[in-house]
Amino acid sequence: MARLAIEGVAPDGTISLEPLRRTLTNPTTWIATAHSLVTAFGGTFLAVVIGGGVAVIVSLTDIRGRDAFVFCFVMPLLLAPQVVALAWLQLFSPSSPLLKLAGAAPLLGARNPLYSAAGIILVLGVQYAPLSYLMLRAALRALPRELIEAGRSGGASPVTVLRTIVLPLMTPPVLAAIALCFVSCLGNFGIPALLGIPANYVVLPTLIYQRLAGFGHTVLPDVAVLSLLIGTIAVLGIVAQDTLLRARDFRISTATTTARAFELRRWRLPVEIALWSLLVAVLALPLTALALTALVPAAGVALDAHSATLENFRFVLFEHAAARRAFGNSFTLSAAAAVTIVVIAIPLAYFLVWRQSRLLRFVNVVTEIPYAVPGVVLAIAAILLFVKPIPVLGISIYNTVWIILFCYLARFLVLGLRPVVSGYHQLDRTLEEASQIAGARLARRLRTIILPLIAPTAAAGALLIFLTAFNELTLSALLWSSGSETLGVVFFSFQQGGDSTYAAALGVLTVAVSIALMLSTLLLAGRLPSGVLPWRD
Amino acid sequence: MARLTIEGLRKLYGEFRALDDVSLAVDNGEFVAILGASGCGKTTLLRQIAGFDRPDAGRILIGDSVVSTPLRQLPPEQRHIGIVFQSYALWPHMTVAQNVAYGLDVAGVKDPERARRVDAALALVDLAGFGDRRPALLSGGQRQRVALARCLVTEPSLVLLDEPLANLDVHLRASMEEEFARFHERTGTTMIYITHDQAEAMALADRIAVMDKGRILQLATPSQLYREPADETVARFIGEGMIVPIDNAVADGSGHCIADVLGHRVRLRHAEGTPPTGQSRACVRESALRLVDAAASGVNARVTAVIYQGGHFRVEALADAAPDEPLHLDVREPASIRAGDRVKLAVDDGWVLPGVRPTIRNGKIRG
Repeated sequence: MARLAIEGVAPDGTISLEPLRRTLTNPTTWIATAHSLVTAFGGTFLAVVIGGGVAVIVSLTDIRGRDAFVFCFVMPLLLAPQVVALAWLQLFSPSSPLLKLAGAAPLLGARNPLYSAAGIILVLGVQYAPLSYLMLRAALRALPRELIEAGRSGGASPVTVLRTIVLPLMTPPVLAAIALCFVSCLGNFGIPALLGIPANYVVLPTLIYQRLAGFGHTVLPDVAVLSLLIGTIAVLGIVAQDTLLRARDFRISTATTTARAFELRRWRLPVEIALWSLLVAVLALPLTALALTALVPAAGVALDAHSATLENFRFVLFEHAAARRAFGNSFTLSAAAAVTIVVIAIPLAYFLVWRQSRLLRFVNVVTEIPYAVPGVVLAIAAILLFVKPIPVLGISIYNTVWIILFCYLARFLVLGLRPVVSGYHQLDRTLEEASQIAGARLARRLRTIILPLIAPTAAAGALLIFLTAFNELTLSALLWSSGSETLGVVFFSFQQGGDSTYAAALGVLTVAVSIALMLSTLLLAGRLPSGVLPWRD
Repeated sequence: MARLTIEGLRKLYGEFRALDDVSLAVDNGEFVAILGASGCGKTTLLRQIAGFDRPDAGRILIGDSVVSTPLRQLPPEQRHIGIVFQSYALWPHMTVAQNVAYGLDVAGVKDPERARRVDAALALVDLAGFGDRRPALLSGGQRQRVALARCLVTEPSLVLLDEPLANLDVHLRASMEEEFARFHERTGTTMIYITHDQAEAMALADRIAVMDKGRILQLATPSQLYREPADETVARFIGEGMIVPIDNAVADGSGHCIADVLGHRVRLRHAEGTPPTGQSRACVRESALRLVDAAASGVNARVTAVIYQGGHFRVEALADAAPDEPLHLDVREPASIRAGDRVKLAVDDGWVLPGVRPTIRNGKIRG
């Protein structure tokens, strides 16, 4: 981060405010900033409204089929944003097979309505609704049932209780959800790249990408300033949340098990229908459109039993060299990141949880930073750090797959650390002490006692990292080089090049891999502490 | 087998003195119970002995080697001690035999020696043939015995037991108590037994250390603790002793004295070398109180409650001479005694608390 600030004001070792001045006086900078703010606020609003509403219904009412619903609802979060964006594009495109089937396709040649700020906001909102859902669900789970029951026995109707008790107490998690969604929307690259660039609607991450792709290293000082700008906005968002929270006391005094408080009675079926319709609208329809597009021989061709083909899949799987490489790269990178992080996280969490020290608390906060700041910022920082060979060693990892791995490790460490930490919290410390008394030293205790007991949680963390890295585009879009393409990069270049059927086929494959992995974890589910797998209620 | 010596141990948590100048010397092969209510510092003491915590002052020796000082401390894994944890702490991912063998594996003991010792340890706790089971499939008592076998298989010089019976049913406790006693007899290991249950401590220990507010109040044999408590706290804690003021004490030179107790002349025991003079306080046990005829000499009292306890009544009364120190005694069935009755109590025995001054209550000394 410091490197980033230095590059912004002092490229080539001489202090100069020129890049700063140049960037800050360029109108494009401010247009992109305004666009970023508009889409981030819009997306956040939508995400929090949808996610919050669903969290309240899932937590506080007696709807049926909760587990299946949560699994599907959380899914978009673990799919690649750019794939979700393409799915939505296909749903509304003039050549949309689905709309054609329904006879409601826009006229050929009409502009796709999603190529707009509204489109970006819509897809951002859908993508990050699960994020706000997860935060609010966790908070509602911790809400003591007595508080609700006390309100109801005081004569308040369910709606009054919701308005006067539940919502006020939920202020901190709501603010936290807003801050998190805001930062995520702000840093998202895939969605505005797919929906904004064709409409010439540029936000900060896509501006950075375009600059870097168009002009190369000469603009590094300028993009450093841009990424500082986006980092500053993100930090301001988090600070604002913090300030608002300090103003009031939201501490909850008692804690018992939560219960579903409200019976919906005759409203239950309509609510259930509404929830599942929401799923169909935000998940099933776009994904179906994507799948149908993948079956079309070429964009624009009508889909019927004769024209349907698996040619696109064959092409991306076997023929296209970069796509084939990308499968290998993405699998290897994601697996390497997942395994490395878990190997680091298990001993690190041991010291964090069981050997408290100031230094380690600090380390804990530091690991959160790369995940809290937008990915573009991390990527630019990494470029600046590694564009010259590493001092002393003389090795250059720039333009190799290693720089991507480095960024994955930095960015996703916290994803692996959190479940492992919660695993330690649920582990009885005396199990370790007993082995210590038996004479086992630390390395042996970690290997024979702690590792086997923490393994299911660590595996879940590893899977979370794998899924996230596998579907990632923001980092690799800025860091890839020929030979180190990731699936996200190849997908994006297909789409940029107008080969949306190939892109769709690739997207369908990544979605299938992601869903298969999520489903496979349900086998582990019984051995995991609750709250480790986001898609499990 | 090793001596355990604790010298001037202190542990602070902020301002709170969890351990306050604790000294303790445990002999080779001795079974010492550390007894106290929760929060008295007994678990803190155990963690110091095990080496999980570092003291702020004082030192701990096992045998002749210093294991803990505020500056240097031997890590738990090098102390060669055994612990039976309250939660048993059996490793759920290992079988019973693997649990027991763990310490041997760490020490590098190989089969067949390893298998022989595991079998022997399991046989010792009557669990021969249970080696292949998972801990989760065992009952509470069986788990406790596995924990015991695991802790003893490496023949530690010192065994710490942290409330080992707290999680067991009442009927299981009695049989486990016997188990521990037999065990100690057979192995002769030095044992430190942490508990809040005085019946347990009395039944098992050679000596008991009574702890309160981070201090050891008295270290003595169970009988000595009961008969000759060191101070008022110990007297009240052990066996619900009653404290009464005494006056006009005159020692007779044979370890006894004659004194006024609640307006009644009684023969009391006192600590050797410190004969009481004038006013003091004494501990009286319920077994030393009995009802006598109204004409006899005794303490005048009024019954406040009569509680049936199966075979006898627990009678609670207030002496006219000291109405703020409730007295209680057991009266055999059948008895026609009710709350509100006037009674006369004879005091057959008592122990003059050493080194305590009479407490002044309500502005004047009663007695």
